[in-house]
Amino acid sequence: MVWPGVIFTLIYAYGPMAGLVMAFQEFEPLSGFFKSKFIGWDNFSYVFHLPDFGQVLWNTVVIAVFKMVLFLLVPLILALLLNEVTKKWFSRFVQSAIFLPFFLSWTVLGGVIIEIFSLKGPVNGVLSSMGLEPIMFMLNNGWFRSIIIGTDVWKGMGYNMIIMLAAITGINATLYEAAEVDGAGRWKQMLHVTLPGIAPIVILLSVLGLGGILNAGFEQILIMYNPTVYEGADVIDTFVYRLGIFSQQFGPAAAIGLFKSGISLALVSVTYYAAYKYNNYRIF
Amino acid sequence: MRKLTLGRRLFIGFNACLLTAITLLGIVPFIHLLAISLSSNTAAMAGEVKLWPIGFSTDAYQFLAEKVEFFRSLRVSVERVALGTLVNMFLVFITAYPLSKSNSQFKHRTLYVWFFAVTIFFGGGLIPTYIIVKATGLIDSIWSLILPGALSVWNVILMLNFFRTIPKELEEAATIDGAGHWKILTRIYLPVSLPSIATIGLFTIVGHWNAWFDGILYLNSPEKYPLQTYLSTLIMSMNAMLTSISTEQLEMLDNLSEKTLRNAQIFMGALPIMVVYPFLQKYFVKGMTVGSVKE
Repeated sequence: MVWPGVIFTLIYAYGPMAGLVMAFQEFEPLSGFFKSKFIGWDNFSYVFHLPDFGQVLWNTVVIAVFKMVLFLLVPLILALLLNEVTKKWFSRFVQSAIFLPFFLSWTVLGGVIIEIFSLKGPVNGVLSSMGLEPIMFMLNNGWFRSIIIGTDVWKGMGYNMIIMLAAITGINATLYEAAEVDGAGRWKQMLHVTLPGIAPIVILLSVLGLGGILNAGFEQILIMYNPTVYEGADVIDTFVYRLGIFSQQFGPAAAIGLFKSGISLALVSVTYYAAYKYNNYRIF
Repeated sequence: MRKLTLGRRLFIGFNACLLTAITLLGIVPFIHLLAISLSSNTAAMAGEVKLWPIGFSTDAYQFLAEKVEFFRSLRVSVERVALGTLVNMFLVFITAYPLSKSNSQFKHRTLYVWFFAVTIFFGGGLIPTYIIVKATGLIDSIWSLILPGALSVWNVILMLNFFRTIPKELEEAATIDGAGHWKILTRIYLPVSLPSIATIGLFTIVGHWNAWFDGILYLNSPEKYPLQTYLSTLIMSMNAMLTSISTEQLEMLDNLSEKTLRNAQIFMGALPIMVVYPFLQKYFVKGMTVGSVKE
């Protein structure tokens, strides 16, 4: 019964892994993996010396790190605020609204975001009503990067928020009663009961997030960027896509891909091991 | 109930305001989208439309009803969701079932589990995957959107964790009655796993509906694009034009393009998700809390 799954995994997961040999080849689609010439590390030294590569790597890390930190902080604050809401219906409504963008595709969200930040969009409308000059948000490197980070947090923050809320609900109610008897107000209760109570799950989420340090959000950037903002928003994945699919430089593109997967694998292994060791976290 | 202090009351008011603002942040963009699609093209172009249609008009939707590309891609999407979900779910069932057995029942079980789990941590990446899909002859066929991701290891893990909670006695009793593994899976395991199946099924449906990049990558002919891929070409071409020209030209160009129609199409791309969203959220939260906050 297990064989169909094994076969699919062999072809479409292990196949590409084996295909990574092309990172060391002068790959020709017509010759395939077996007949293309091996050139050692030439592809790697070629891409590392590309003029844009340093900037691309820097963009990737900056965007990814900002997203990683905000994906912990924002949901944590939201969960703590929601926990203070006593009206059930209000809390549930807020959660639903925050969680909604998570389920929509980047095409839909990209379309909406580009429209909202466009020259004649609502954001510039507000700016001009305050007497300010309109800003070309999507063509300005600094603004564009912030929009990429901000809108991704907007789309995804519901996920971690729900996990943290679930953890807060799981805290033993007697702890709060004891704190109240000791004269702790709501603020003190939050500091000394809620926060320590969800610390393990926050640490777990941050540890697991580390593996994504080179994932800056491929689909999002691909749909929203344009050549003017390559300088601030071109990341490894988009760079690989253009180099490999458009310029047909398969070998060098695969080399960057391998560089990225290698770093991710190392980080993920370390973080999962740490999560297992200190939190007894296991995925299966 | 004790009397609330002034500070506490101030906080409650402030908190409610802040959360309301954040709530609006999640909803308002889509109201804006809908408002534009229901406005007259001139008002939309001038940027007058905020949250309520100006110069109310259903022209965009009437035009949409006759737009061949839209319906063609919609049909591809429906086909993709149906086929893809069927294949994905079937593979999840038949893979999770043997893996949920103990090592004594299923020889080398741990080895198989690792065989699948490795793919979560390491992959070949975009370019080698593209080459393999090409080598297996799927380019430009709908199967290129289904087969490469046919087996979701995450879903297998979710499913097998659920299968393991099913009491062994059920299976033993069925075996004594002469049932084989297929019978046990279809008559016992699947019927008692309905909540998990609903969760994974909804994940899969939404995933297939929302996916667009694989269409760009693997399909050459626009007639075969699913809806989200078709929408992405609209947005990317708009984006490309944005940069190649000056501001004055941009305004002229904006007058030529059909802004309301574009927004109507984007809204239609989001609509099915918004309709099933209430169910989605419930099952999703259930699946998530089972999957991640466990001991």
